[in-house]
Amino acid sequence: METLIDIQWHMACYADDIPENGGACVKLGNEQIAVFNFARRGEWYATQNLCPHKQQMVLARGMIGSAGDNCDPKVACPFHKKTFSLLTGECLSGDDYQIKTYPVKVEGGRVFIGIA
Amino acid sequence: MSKPTVIVVGNGMVGYKFCEKLVSRSADFKIIVFGEEPRRAYDRVHLSEYFSGRSAEDLSMSSSSWYAENGIELLLGDPVQEIDRAHKTVHSSKGITLKYDYLVLATGSSAFVPDIPGVEKAGVFVYRTIEDLELIKAYAANAKVGAVMGGGLLGLEAAKAVLDLGIPEAHVIEFAPRLMPRQIDSMGSAMLQSKLKSLGLNIHLNKSTQCITGDHQISGLKFNDESVLPVDMLVISAGIRPRDELAKLAGLQIGTRGGILVNSKMQTSDESIFAIGECALFDGMIYGLVAPGYEMADVVVSHLAEVNKEFNGFDMSTKLKLIGVDVASFGDAFITEPDCRTIIFEDTHKGVYKRINISTDGKYLLGGILIGDAEAYNMLLQTVNNKLVLPPSPEDLLLGARGGDSADAGAGVMGLPDDALICSCEAVTKGAICNAVCEHDITTVDAMKKCTKAGTGCGGCVPMVKDLIVGTMKANGQYIKNVICEHFDHSRQELLDLIRINNIKHYDEVLDHYGRGDGCEVCKPVVASILSGLWNDLIVKQAPIQDSNDRYLANIQKGGTYSVVPRIPGGEITPDKLIVIGRVAKKYNLYTKITGGQRIDLFGAHVSDLPQIWEELIEAGFESGHAYGKSLRTVKSCVGSTWCRFGLHDSVTFAIEVENRYKGIRSPHKLKGGVSGCIRECAEAQAKDFGIIATEKGWNLYVCGNGGSKPQHAQLLAADIDKETCIKYLDRFLMFYIKTADPLTRTATWLNKMDGGMSYLKNVIINDSLGIGEQLEEDIQALIDTYHCEWKEVVENPELRKRFNHFVNAPDEKDPHVQFEPMREQVRAREW
Ligand code: SRM
Ligand SMILES: Cc1cc2nc3c(=O)[nH]c(=O)nc-3n(C[C@H](O)[C@H](O)[C@H](O)COP(=O)(O)OP(=O)(O)OC[C@H]3O[C@@H](n4cnc5c(N)ncnc54)[C@H](O)[C@@H]3O)c2cc1C
Ligand code: SF4
Ligand code: FES
Repeated sequence: METLIDIQWHMACYADDIPENGGACVKLGNEQIAVFNFARRGEWYATQNLCPHKQQMVLARGMIGSAGDNCDPKVACPFHKKTFSLLTGECLSGDDYQIKTYPVKVEGGRVFIGIA
Repeated sequence: MSKPTVIVVGNGMVGYKFCEKLVSRSADFKIIVFGEEPRRAYDRVHLSEYFSGRSAEDLSMSSSSWYAENGIELLLGDPVQEIDRAHKTVHSSKGITLKYDYLVLATGSSAFVPDIPGVEKAGVFVYRTIEDLELIKAYAANAKVGAVMGGGLLGLEAAKAVLDLGIPEAHVIEFAPRLMPRQIDSMGSAMLQSKLKSLGLNIHLNKSTQCITGDHQISGLKFNDESVLPVDMLVISAGIRPRDELAKLAGLQIGTRGGILVNSKMQTSDESIFAIGECALFDGMIYGLVAPGYEMADVVVSHLAEVNKEFNGFDMSTKLKLIGVDVASFGDAFITEPDCRTIIFEDTHKGVYKRINISTDGKYLLGGILIGDAEAYNMLLQTVNNKLVLPPSPEDLLLGARGGDSADAGAGVMGLPDDALICSCEAVTKGAICNAVCEHDITTVDAMKKCTKAGTGCGGCVPMVKDLIVGTMKANGQYIKNVICEHFDHSRQELLDLIRINNIKHYDEVLDHYGRGDGCEVCKPVVASILSGLWNDLIVKQAPIQDSNDRYLANIQKGGTYSVVPRIPGGEITPDKLIVIGRVAKKYNLYTKITGGQRIDLFGAHVSDLPQIWEELIEAGFESGHAYGKSLRTVKSCVGSTWCRFGLHDSVTFAIEVENRYKGIRSPHKLKGGVSGCIRECAEAQAKDFGIIATEKGWNLYVCGNGGSKPQHAQLLAADIDKETCIKYLDRFLMFYIKTADPLTRTATWLNKMDGGMSYLKNVIINDSLGIGEQLEEDIQALIDTYHCEWKEVVENPELRKRFNHFVNAPDEKDPHVQFEPMREQVRAREW
């Protein structure tokens, strides 16, 4: 469950900055956030850009896809292919990692990221 | 009524495991944990990986919120100092006094430091905690010679770490006449010694140390035989001492040589106090491994949950990790004739020593030792532990069933009884694993780890877990096909045919027609490779389905920087071009190195600099070297008849021709070639996917060689052929490979799996037995004709260039996370 109180929406970039079915990194303040345009599903996701496995700033360059019967959306880190749920940030490759996820909305060709 | 309180003293591996087991079994206890170390319990078994970049957090056994989530109160950096048994309280160094109903001592052990004059000097260390490793790492930066005292399991691991830290000279000092005296015999030790020597370790046996020399800082070791070894640092690894000081103070019974005495329920002499892990002394023995400690934790948890379970000793078989040499000992390794029959296999050339001890009636395996090749360890251990009856010729256990194929290995695992312990760290049986496959549809190792925890400890059982999954699926009649991943029920070859026949050009279309879901990091690059292999479109047009390296047309490296490798066909380069490479490297601050493939790699480029770097290289006439792609890398050449006094033909010209012919073509895995001017083979052509060697009459063509971890020589496809024939066979060979190999399968593995092997391949390529020869030639010609330098396309296209910015909303900024540090006269990306 997600409570939407106290979320501040920040304009991150334009929708066409992010490749279809791929991701790119945006800078918000001092934070690096990976934004994914899951065009195939018409969905947008955002997570921290840092892969917790070896502290590499690369998740935006990872490949997205789905896992399991419910087609849960995920991203795979380009370094060692650890995968993370785009919904919950949980690591799906059997490790105990957790990444931050952020709400995203797209309005008028602009991408906004919600920061609580 | 309030819950009874369990206080755990010690937050090491076993103390943590105890908590994990207790919360999963019962919610009826309040748990409080005191830990002396400043951090949550971590994986000490993999401690050495701290040096290779695993952070303390990576090594941690749990997430930071785990204790709170499970209602456990964790007090770190606060050792318990006193136990008041009369009032059932503990008192900590920070002054906390708490009452317990049950007390669990999991205080572990400390490194044993012998009483040698000088052990207090700077530069003398032990190897037990993360803090120890931090101290060692800092000191090692200025050390030239390092030594480890103790040639046991841990000592050798520490010695390897000393080498890996970059200390040029490393020594191991052992008191006993052989290495690893508790695990292996003297023949095994001799073999191990010569292997370690080749790794750069100097081994000194039969040496007892008189004193450590030096003023405040260690300068050397003086031995009883008066000899002296100058060293800058010393790591002592001479054994462990159970941490029983707290128990002793509380008046609990202690063994004569240390250790808290426990019964088979792990109770100490006070029945509400338990001791588990390396501090516990059971039946005269301290168990210095993690698996028995976990078993002890389970015994106490069972007791608290009012289930009867006893500790009955534990198998101490071990496999040494990390050191770069396989070493394993299992069961009764030392029993000798006439109490058993011993079979020994020794290959001094390869550095392999294997010994197995068999019961006198020849029926059972009792134990053994493996040095240099311990692949059979898991199965041999199972054979001992489950008292499996041996085959009539037990030497097969050492040599492998000759003539049989490796599929039999899987069958062996399936033959184990259901209660065979497969993962001893987590105590998971074969039955539990097979059950997970049948009942919960678990079909991958990752899912198995989640479901049963098997394979999450030391990881040694993972190959067996894999075999069990496949074996059980087969037994269930589940059709095991080489499917690509969960999104496609097809093999690569089937998918390639479907895509070709239906003329499909886009990944999404392929997925819509033949797959399900939204794809993943496995099938996307496979389909990308198929699409390229068929149509040779510009890969950046479908960038997001390319493996990360292909998406950015460069190899990603530590810190998220990239490498730049221009093509240098055949290894021939003009002075002018060398100057350009040097200039570009200087301008963008890149580290340069000559590669093993006869070209130059420029490392450490920011992703956003890549287009500009390539623009400059392309202007000077360079092209992409495809070092990032599953495609042709290099065709290595020797100087050949142009310069060499033995050269028969011009190997350089031929290598350049071949490299330019096949450059840019995508394949299931990378492709490498070589051309040598004579049989002296300076280009190492027989180690390549295809190799051409000049003969008196023409050229010999070899195929399916491989370097890498399982080197394999290429085999002769055709002898004494002319250039044209050579190219024709190569065309057919490469296209046949591109069409039929599984994803990420090199030509050598492809051939090894091919029914009929080399004679079949020869028939297809030379005799055109399938009647597809011409088709293959046409198909590859189409790929050759559509060659493009993909970097050139990017450099000239502003839209594509944009995709290389690190921040899409701040295109001019580089990733501040990327850090460099000096290395010799260049810079390198910061360690992770
Ligand atoms: C740069 C180089 C080392 C060097 O400084 O010499 C190198 C570097 C890498 N090699 Fe290599 N290999 C290099 C020559 C070799 C050789 C020697 C050769 O080609 O003559 C071999 C053994 C021969 C062979 O391939 O059969 C070799 C066997 C491997 C393997 C194992 C392949 C196998 O079949 O087992 C890998 C892993 C893989 O590809 O999956 C690998 C993978 C890699 C990767 C790409 C690892 C990675 O994914 O990041 C390295 C990254 C390079 C980079 O970032 O630019 N590299 N690698 C060499 C580049 C040659 C070139 O000019 O293209
Ligand atoms: C480099 C290295 C490699 C190893 N490799 C292997 C291997 O390959 N396979 C294998 O099976 N085993 C291996 N081991 C051994 C394995 O790590 C131990 O068996 C295991 O850690 C024992 O767990 P434990 O909880 O009993 O002790 P520990 O992990 O030592 O934990 C005990 C904890 O209790 C704390 N403590 C002590 N006294 C107090 C007190 N009074 N109050 C509060 N806290 C206290 C200590 O500070 C420590 O944190 C290795 C060990 C090392 C050092
Ligand atoms: S392979 Fe032959 S031709 Fe080439 S350098 Fe060696 S000896 Fe000379
Ligand atoms: S750094 Fe991301 S998986 Fe290793």
